[in-house]
Amino acid sequence: MDLTLNQEEQAFQDEVRAWLEENHPGPEPESEQGKFEFRREWQRKLHEAGWAGISWPKEYGGRGATLIEQAIFSGEMARTKAPSPANVLGLVMGGPVVIAHGTEEQKERFLEPILSAEEIWCQGFSEPESGSDLASLKTKAVKENGGWRATGQKVWTTYAHEAKWCMLVARTDSDVPKHKGLTYFICDMEQDEIEVRPLRQITGEAEFNEIFLEGAYIPDENLIGGEGNGWNVAITTLMHERAGLGAASAIQVRRDLDELIALINERGLGDDPVIRQRIAELKMGVEALRLGSLRALTQQMKVGIPGPEGSVAKWEWANLNQALTELAVDVLGPEALQPGSEWAYRFLRARANSIEGGTTEVMKNIIAERVLGLPRLR
Amino acid sequence: MDFGFNDEQRAIKETAREMLAKRSPMSKVREAAESRSYDDALWSEISELGWPGIAIAEEHGGQGLGLMELTILCEELGYACAPTPFLSNAVAGLIVAQAGSDEQQDRWLPGVASGEARGASELTAPEEESLVADAEGAAFLVLSEGDEGARIVEPGAAEAEPVELIDATRAFARVSAEDGDPLPGGVEEAIDRALVALAAELVGVSQRALEMAVDYAKEREQFERPIGAYQAVSHRCAGMLYETEEARSLTYYAGWCADAEPESLAMASSMAKARASDAAWRVTADALQVLGGIGFTWEHDLQFLLKRAKVDGRLLGDARRHRERVASLAGLHAEQPAAV
Repeated sequence: MDLTLNQEEQAFQDEVRAWLEENHPGPEPESEQGKFEFRREWQRKLHEAGWAGISWPKEYGGRGATLIEQAIFSGEMARTKAPSPANVLGLVMGGPVVIAHGTEEQKERFLEPILSAEEIWCQGFSEPESGSDLASLKTKAVKENGGWRATGQKVWTTYAHEAKWCMLVARTDSDVPKHKGLTYFICDMEQDEIEVRPLRQITGEAEFNEIFLEGAYIPDENLIGGEGNGWNVAITTLMHERAGLGAASAIQVRRDLDELIALINERGLGDDPVIRQRIAELKMGVEALRLGSLRALTQQMKVGIPGPEGSVAKWEWANLNQALTELAVDVLGPEALQPGSEWAYRFLRARANSIEGGTTEVMKNIIAERVLGLPRLR
Repeated sequence: MDFGFNDEQRAIKETAREMLAKRSPMSKVREAAESRSYDDALWSEISELGWPGIAIAEEHGGQGLGLMELTILCEELGYACAPTPFLSNAVAGLIVAQAGSDEQQDRWLPGVASGEARGASELTAPEEESLVADAEGAAFLVLSEGDEGARIVEPGAAEAEPVELIDATRAFARVSAEDGDPLPGGVEEAIDRALVALAAELVGVSQRALEMAVDYAKEREQFERPIGAYQAVSHRCAGMLYETEEARSLTYYAGWCADAEPESLAMASSMAKARASDAAWRVTADALQVLGGIGFTWEHDLQFLLKRAKVDGRLLGDARRHRERVASLAGLHAEQPAAV
């Protein structure tokens, strides 16, 4: 057991820090559109320096970093409040799926523009009637000479209005059990058969969209992983999404906790025994998340594949971020309850943490079934 | 960066698990608890394996390994809920090794390491009524002295009155003694190390209770299904895993800090003790709920874990006390620190 960085890891961290010191773009603009362009520009910069596809293999334009290096990199990004790259879904999910399941032609076609943020990707998985039960999705794709026509509705689609490509899972066979009739497509968003409508959320902003497909066309060459194999391809995507997320999110929550502690001190509330107990709980939660993620990373480096531990981290993070923002609002009082207040936004936004990327209930199911070996109800 | 055990540590863990499964199964734990006595033969065997001296320097007859290795053993002893004077002796050793003079170390540590002339230590928080664990039969007692000090008292100079707590797998006594031989050094770091040992024991207790509950949830059928198929039960079990794993991460981290990054030990040890105390209580209480009526019977072994969890959670300060310390160390300023 050694929780310090070894020589190479230390050198890597120094390199990241030095680069960020030179290139950190500063705080993001307020407006939605301004923010997106800012993030696109930021990704171009990351890409030029070879940081964009940090986890991707070198042969596909990535850096081929180890899991620990990836954790160091995202930790530094979180610590310095660097913005996310604009094409985060392409980098974290789209690219890895093309690399794992795509043909040579698809790799040639899709990978480079993901890295450079020239082509933004979005994810068409969830539907109004298929949230946690993803495999029940109803969007249909039917064969038409040389391609497919997809019809249906998708929801919670981040960046759909900016996206060139959608990772679309659609039903191509209704006569087989639900997991087996799905196919994974890369669907061009720039066509009249697709309508994107922003979805306003409780924070007032519209991070997400609904998309309506009315016979959207997808050529055969944009099918990934084979007809009927969509479920397996989608699962790989989700595993990639969850793996390694813990370490970075722990750094982000740790930064927010430090901010909250400073705020409490500023207001002279450090004496309050209830606040003290709640801060200590948060501190322990942050460290448990960080350390648990490192344990999972170590395990993953030894075994090779992301395990179900990512589900514990996802659950912990949601709990923590909600508890942290609740305490901040309690401490600040009415001023944190005014629309436009930074903490009001964070507090409201945190309610989604236990739903997005898999609900806490689904995380519990995964732990119960895959870690504890308890029987399935279904 | 490697947050896993090395080969030697893995071997220690496996050997301990096997040995205790064979030599201290729950039937033996029950026997000891019901008679409020220890199995002396078990202590002899543990001593022959060198466990009591695992973290004691070789020059004093120990194995010269770190707190991490002691942490591993304590977790397994907690998992077995083994009735032995191991913890009290280990804490006495940690305190003498840190705060004792050369002479005191030469005199007492070899006995601690061999298990033949063991020490016993006060295990209560300073502001609470003092209780010493496993005082009977000890060659020397370590009692607190003022805020940050300790003294050694020999059994002849002390009066020990047994105190029965709900955890019948460990013996406690109220000890009164005048004078004694003061240790010249401060004990804070040694107590921090002791916190890690206790946290590890609590992690072992949690792990065992979790396994008992999960095994039962797979077997027990109601409404024509194993109860573990119901989410009201399976989600409770997932929560038990969550609690156990968080406590384990914090405990291993604290064990590592003691050996490799002592400047982080104060915070790490209080985080581990606070979280492990809460986790062990919640996990054992949840296990009882999963077991239902059978878990409430004297006949079921869960009671030993549940009672150990509650008493251990209190030893060397409860969760509230350690959260208070964490808050201070995390940088919360207080004009008037809350009473601990």
